[in-house]
Amino acid sequence: MSTPLLAFDRVHFGYQPDGRMVLRDLSLEIQPGTVTAILGPNGAGKTTLLHLALGWLSPRTGKVFLNGCPLGSYSRRALGQWMALVPQSERIPFEYSVLEYVLLGRAPHLAPLEMPGVADCRIAAQALESVGLDRLDGRAITTLSGGERQLVLLARALAQQPRLLLLDEPTAHLDLGNKARLLGLLQGLAAQGVTMLLTTHEPQVAAALASRLVLMREGQVRHHGPLEQVLTSEHLSATYGVPVRVIQVDGKQVVWL
Amino acid sequence: MNRSVVLPARAARIAEHPLAWMTGLLILVFALSLLVGRYPGPTLLSLDRLASDEMAQRLVWNLRLPRLLTAVLLGMSLSAAGMVLQMIFGNPLVEPGFLGVSQGAAFGAAFSIIFLGNAAWLVQGMAALFAFLGLTFSYILARRARLGGWVLRLVLAGIAVSALFSAGVGALKYVADPLHQLPEITFWLLGGLWSITWTQLQTIAPVVLLALFVMYRMRWRLNLLSLDDTTAFSLGVAPGQERALVLTAAVGATAAVVSVSGMVGWIGLVVPHLARRCFGADARRALPAAMLIGGLFALLCDDAARTLLAGEIPIGILTSFVGALFFIAMMVTKNIQVQR
Repeated sequence: MSTPLLAFDRVHFGYQPDGRMVLRDLSLEIQPGTVTAILGPNGAGKTTLLHLALGWLSPRTGKVFLNGCPLGSYSRRALGQWMALVPQSERIPFEYSVLEYVLLGRAPHLAPLEMPGVADCRIAAQALESVGLDRLDGRAITTLSGGERQLVLLARALAQQPRLLLLDEPTAHLDLGNKARLLGLLQGLAAQGVTMLLTTHEPQVAAALASRLVLMREGQVRHHGPLEQVLTSEHLSATYGVPVRVIQVDGKQVVWL
Repeated sequence: MNRSVVLPARAARIAEHPLAWMTGLLILVFALSLLVGRYPGPTLLSLDRLASDEMAQRLVWNLRLPRLLTAVLLGMSLSAAGMVLQMIFGNPLVEPGFLGVSQGAAFGAAFSIIFLGNAAWLVQGMAALFAFLGLTFSYILARRARLGGWVLRLVLAGIAVSALFSAGVGALKYVADPLHQLPEITFWLLGGLWSITWTQLQTIAPVVLLALFVMYRMRWRLNLLSLDDTTAFSLGVAPGQERALVLTAAVGATAAVVSVSGMVGWIGLVVPHLARRCFGADARRALPAAMLIGGLFALLCDDAARTLLAGEIPIGILTSFVGALFFIAMMVTKNIQVQR
């Protein structure tokens, strides 16, 4: 088996030094070119796991490896070149134009005092085009709808040209149309071989995108494996503590409450 | 070439022109301001007179030139610092005067005048020290406050800390020697540039120019620093260290200019808004624009301060009056956007 792109090795994490552990003895490997979805109840530690992967949080014990090397051995800029985060939502304090905002994704590729150049503008414009928002490049981002903003955040992550895309509940707050649009885009990226790790509350989003599924509960990985094996009535019922049915429709798994 | 690549390049070229124009305007106003005043009469000093009158030459060289240069530095520093604070705290309603920075500097200077002596380096050092303390205190208080969102908490914390320092300045005035120390302290609270000499300008210029340079070079990073911590980190930024660096520059510049000019309010709040409205939110253009507008604004206010009345009007009164009117006008014409 090849070196995993991202690996958690017996990670323990808690926000307060003497408080509750949010993640306990968590081990997980993400292979390059795969899409892994993390499902689990509120407070299971999904977002914390993404923040640990990012290097924003450090495990109390255990280690996180990126491409075989400990996260701590990478500079911040290098981490920004390897990984990009699409947050669930983001506070946008000023009326940046859409293109200016996407251009911020070029930061990890620039020296500390360097300003983005023509090549960076081109990459940002392409990223914006790939999410279908190039016609809005000059608009103030604060005037966009929630769905369009989520696409702008994705475009900024794409402008980072990362090898690993971390997505924190990418479809939360989106209506059906925008959800389908975003899923379509992410499926396209997956087909191009972009490695993705995403958290979600919607089993259907996981089923539509992921090849591998992680079920988390109370800071631990309960099940991990190929989607069709993990997304079962039994596993979901145990993870969420309520009866859940998984049925087959047109050869795909559908979750039925 | 596709349209979206061409557009920003063209937009950048067009947007750069107004900045060049504004630089030209600033230089022109500066040159005219050298001739404006109440000597020989309450009008312009003619160039012929300047060429022949030795008194006029000395006046322009020894008094007006250092004073006007200081006015430009004052306006630039307060505007740039205001924009830096607004971007770093993600809060369009803050400025040095709202976060305990200016009041802290005034307290430090008054404290120095009474207890430590009025050597320029000492007054400035104490002003800078207490300016940092004021900002730190406001920030910690806002983090710990239990009411309202971040924007409101920071404004309230700044008001509380400013009030504490104002009370402290009041107490210092009460114990000050009314013949020597009190007038010097009172000058702080009004703000004015009438006593500026080359020596004073020389003591503040290195700090101010360095701080302005740091803020200018970091202008694109400011956009990154205005984002949430996690997001900034994911973009390869060290949010804590980089914010500390630009904040040090902002507070250092403010403390330095305030230590010779006294309290000059509202520039740091109003000018960044004006700059963003005219040039967009991206600090690559908005920050240099704010510096230029700030320099121009301070220069014009100082011209008015010198010429409107027979006696001089403290510049702080004019900037507050004009600035507050501007702010009111902006509030009613377009919503000032506040999130969180």
